[in-house]
Amino acid sequence: MLFKQSKILINEIDEYLDTVSEGALVFRQCIDEYLNGEKEKFETHRVALSNLEKKADSLRRGIENRLYTHSLMPENRGDVLGILESIDNVIDTAKKTSTQFSIELPEIPEELRREFITLTMHVTQGAESLVLATRAFFRDLGAVKDHLHKVYFYEKEADRAAENLNRSIFKMGCDLCYKYQLRHFVINVDKIADRSEAVADRIAIYTIKRTV
Amino acid sequence: MFFIYLSSGLFLGWSLGANDAANVFGTAVGSKMLRLRTVAIICGIFVILGAVISGAGPTQTLKELGAVDAMAGSFMVALSAAFTVWRMTKLKIPVSTSQAIVGAIIGWNLYTNSPTDLNSLTKIVLTWIVCPVLAALLSMVIYLVVRLIVNKLKIHLLRLDTYNRVGLIIVGAFGSYSLGANNIANVMGVFIPVSPFKDTSLLGINISGAQQLFFIGGVAIAVGAYTYSHKVIDTVGKSLMKISPVSALVVVLSQALVLFIFASERLRDLLVSYGLPPLPLVPVSSSQAIVGAIIGLGILKGGRGLRYRVLGEISLGWLITPVMAGIIAFVSLFFLQNVFKMEINSTKVSDVRYNNVNPGKLHRQTNIGQQTLVKPAIFTY
Repeated sequence: MLFKQSKILINEIDEYLDTVSEGALVFRQCIDEYLNGEKEKFETHRVALSNLEKKADSLRRGIENRLYTHSLMPENRGDVLGILESIDNVIDTAKKTSTQFSIELPEIPEELRREFITLTMHVTQGAESLVLATRAFFRDLGAVKDHLHKVYFYEKEADRAAENLNRSIFKMGCDLCYKYQLRHFVINVDKIADRSEAVADRIAIYTIKRTV
Repeated sequence: MFFIYLSSGLFLGWSLGANDAANVFGTAVGSKMLRLRTVAIICGIFVILGAVISGAGPTQTLKELGAVDAMAGSFMVALSAAFTVWRMTKLKIPVSTSQAIVGAIIGWNLYTNSPTDLNSLTKIVLTWIVCPVLAALLSMVIYLVVRLIVNKLKIHLLRLDTYNRVGLIIVGAFGSYSLGANNIANVMGVFIPVSPFKDTSLLGINISGAQQLFFIGGVAIAVGAYTYSHKVIDTVGKSLMKISPVSALVVVLSQALVLFIFASERLRDLLVSYGLPPLPLVPVSSSQAIVGAIIGLGILKGGRGLRYRVLGEISLGWLITPVMAGIIAFVSLFFLQNVFKMEINSTKVSDVRYNNVNPGKLHRQTNIGQQTLVKPAIFTY
């Protein structure tokens, strides 16, 4: 019974992390397609991302229930739930950002597209490294640090790309409200990297806790 | 009449169960891996099995220490030890039942002007030092091995949790068995010479008189574990050091091994057959073993997390226990003899009684050359 429950839970946690990782990749596809003007593909992937976010939510709740119902991992339960809940913020922010693109349909100037793609790339790479760090937290504590290092690296790169983008935006000779709108999108995309960093901080502390 | 006197032994058994069940399962309950009810049941069953199957070895050594040979004397010795352990249990301090009974026997020796076998006393007191040190060393080694295995095999956190839980149940059962085997001597040892039980056979299995007595003592321990072990479990499981589930497993295993080492006649025979010095079969303290094991882990982790105040209280308890039991025994024996006019020592009855208990065991011990165990002290209990 105990072995069966833990096996189910291991599968659910793996599926949850797969979903978050897939969400990050789909988000990148969404932004690429939006910047390339492929609006139909963008919408298709946006809906897919929304569904992935729903799936992640439902998996997370299932994991929470199972962990408490069967009193599994009493020592690490709080930490594990903390990690899983904060990871949910990553995919949640990605979904909200893509939805904003779909609602506001901002006009991204040609000269900013490359920088936008760079920002999105760093953000998604950070999220993928975060998923790997989380998997390592469950199976291989020694490897956690390597993945966390990458999360922090990509977050810095994303911040730098966001700053460059903002500078380019405010150098443009256009209306301030348009600049504000573009900056708003830059901030939202960059927020995904910030969310990843926040989860990474948690994992770092919990890893120390487990190794002591 | 015997059963009225035995009541103090049962009280001691109950106190031992209440105090020492914590040593076997306290860390598992403290780390929330197992429920108190579950562990009390497992503990009860395996304590009885350990007491009945392997309880004879340490009893022998305890018998050499003193010569409590009258029912009233046995009653008061056990009652003094029980009272001491019960008080300490109320104070949530994990104490040594072995220390309590040794203190009480010496109290009896002093009161009746009987000689205390210094060889046995030295052997027992030495184990009070060796036992926690050995437990600390074992816990360090086992922890390092477990950590290496866990890191090498990259076991999923959840699977590790499951293995840990199952491990705690198995090791806890082993610990309970060892506790029964090693500590039943403390509970029923003083009653063996005056026991009316005769050897019998049940379903083709021979059961000695001592084993029948051990069974009753085992049941008393089991009842103590079930009804009143939560207090000391709190101290061992939470107060001394915050214990992770893996550490809990390591600590319980170390403690169980120490108790087993000092209780197993087979292990001793095996060492002798390889020409190695045999370990004495002595009732050691599971409390000292568990605290030693926790300190071992604490030292391995650089001394962080150890609560020295709690440790100090426990150590003080270890010093107080034998003295308190000895004084109580001495004073109460005075009242028993002078106020209630009861006979508290007589040598001739026990000689015959003990010979009836387990003659085969004596013969076997003679064969392996354990002079200290077969000398006439056996007949002086």
